[in-house]
Amino acid sequence: MIKLHDIGVFYEEEMALSHITLTIKKGEMAGIIGANGAGKSTLLKVISGALKAEGKALIEGREINSLSATERASVIAVVPQEIPSEIPLRGYEFVMLGRTHRLPRFGAPGATDVAAVRKAMISTGTEPLKERFLSDMSGGERQRLALAMAFAAGPRIILLDEATAHLDMHHRVEIMHLLREMNRSQGVTVLMAVHDLMLAGRFFDRLILLENGSILKDGTPQTVLQASILEQAYGCRIRTIPLPDDLGMCIVPE
Amino acid sequence: MMTKRQIYIFSAGVVGACLILGLAIMCGAAGFGIPDLSSRTGRALLNLRACRIITGFVVGAALSTAGCVLQTVLRNPLAEPYILGVSSGASVGTAIIMATGLAATYPFLLPTGSFIAAMLTVVLIMSIAQRAGGSHMPQNLILTGVVTGSILSSVLMLIITFAGTHTVRSITWWLLGNLQCGSWELLTACTIPIILAVIYLLAHSNTLNALLLGHENAHNLGVNTNTTIPLLIVMATLMTACAVAMSGIIGFAGLIVPHILRRQFGSNHRFLLPGSVIAGGIFLVACDILGRVCIPPHEIPVGVITAVSGGPFFLYLLTRKQR
Repeated sequence: MIKLHDIGVFYEEEMALSHITLTIKKGEMAGIIGANGAGKSTLLKVISGALKAEGKALIEGREINSLSATERASVIAVVPQEIPSEIPLRGYEFVMLGRTHRLPRFGAPGATDVAAVRKAMISTGTEPLKERFLSDMSGGERQRLALAMAFAAGPRIILLDEATAHLDMHHRVEIMHLLREMNRSQGVTVLMAVHDLMLAGRFFDRLILLENGSILKDGTPQTVLQASILEQAYGCRIRTIPLPDDLGMCIVPE
Repeated sequence: MMTKRQIYIFSAGVVGACLILGLAIMCGAAGFGIPDLSSRTGRALLNLRACRIITGFVVGAALSTAGCVLQTVLRNPLAEPYILGVSSGASVGTAIIMATGLAATYPFLLPTGSFIAAMLTVVLIMSIAQRAGGSHMPQNLILTGVVTGSILSSVLMLIITFAGTHTVRSITWWLLGNLQCGSWELLTACTIPIILAVIYLLAHSNTLNALLLGHENAHNLGVNTNTTIPLLIVMATLMTACAVAMSGIIGFAGLIVPHILRRQFGSNHRFLLPGSVIAGGIFLVACDILGRVCIPPHEIPVGVITAVSGGPFFLYLLTRKQR
């Protein structure tokens, strides 16, 4: 469970997050939406412990900054927005980084580590990439590997910072299905900053809409993805059209 | 796991290393050949050559490993103890100890003084580069290092100016990058910290791999970046300081070797670190042989050889387009 109480973050006197109080229950799949600069990535950084904030951030009942680096990494895995291409590692070595906190100090990775990496690569369809260097891959392939790296860690919480931004529609949907499968079958809590509102409406149980560092609306996709609310958050006229067969909402700017 | 091509390169490297070490024991100012062990002169000659080869290997290994670590931690492909000015800082510390005349009685004071001065230099360079817009930007760090190195070279000249005639000779000879380390005592005093630093780094090879993704991603992967990164920099500085205390300033060894290894074997530090230790050591021993045989009977200091080969390599890296 993630519990935030009155979180505030300031970057050189500029407010990035203000009075954020929210609870993400164990096994929830929630999306964070909002315009650029609304505070989505900052909020994820606070939860991952990468950014110190005012207020209280609790992970499974413990203050995030009181967890050791190893404890933190065994609970939370983070999929970053982008993986730099110049890292001279092969796909397999890259995914193995997800096991950093569990690897032995000396010697080769253990059988458990190898099995976890293999499983993560199979589930994300990245096995054919294991011998290729990251520099020879497309942005989408690197992003899928980043997801495999997070899966390999065996976390209870996955934080994703616009992790599907570089993927085509096919891979985007595939990754979302994969996240939902992990969420449903293993009870992994998923919290993802997402720009694609239709994707957000389609795949998440709960959406948290941020505006200028504060929560504007928090609820189910049906309650959050209202034209009037989105217009306030994004500052443009928006039309929402409900889609049949539980396909979510079509959201188009006017 | 290594590919077939990498196994071939590795095997060729091992054979080459054996040949170079064999050649090194036979080369010297006294001529080519294995010293006659039945005579006192021969034994003394072997002792001198062995001391020189071990010094060359340890210094090369230390500089190459330090370069490898600095490049990863600072996320800067051009980072290297010499270019960053760390070697210049260490040389000022060593020269001060030499000028006091205490080094002959207490050899361990040389690496100690060298390390203190090198650490102060690192702190100075990092804080200036940070103020100039961030130490992660290659230009900032390199420019700060080059300028700080120049200033420290002037400080060194000042020390030489005020030192006595005998000290001036020993400082100048040492400064040129000389592997004829004074004594086995100094070699031992410098090698022990280097071995300890290598063990620490090998234990952190997974951490170094995580740091390839940047500090924030490494934090997310379970690395305590607040304590580990400074410690890794301290270890690289310690290795550099000990190398400088033994052999003076030898530039570019920390740049050439890790880059060639990265290109051939990738950046997995589980292989890259031991590779840097071995290849760095062999590289410097080979440069020393070259310095001894290319213009006989004169000896070219090994620092000159590495600078002549490393300078153009640095410029190549600086100008090459990012793939």
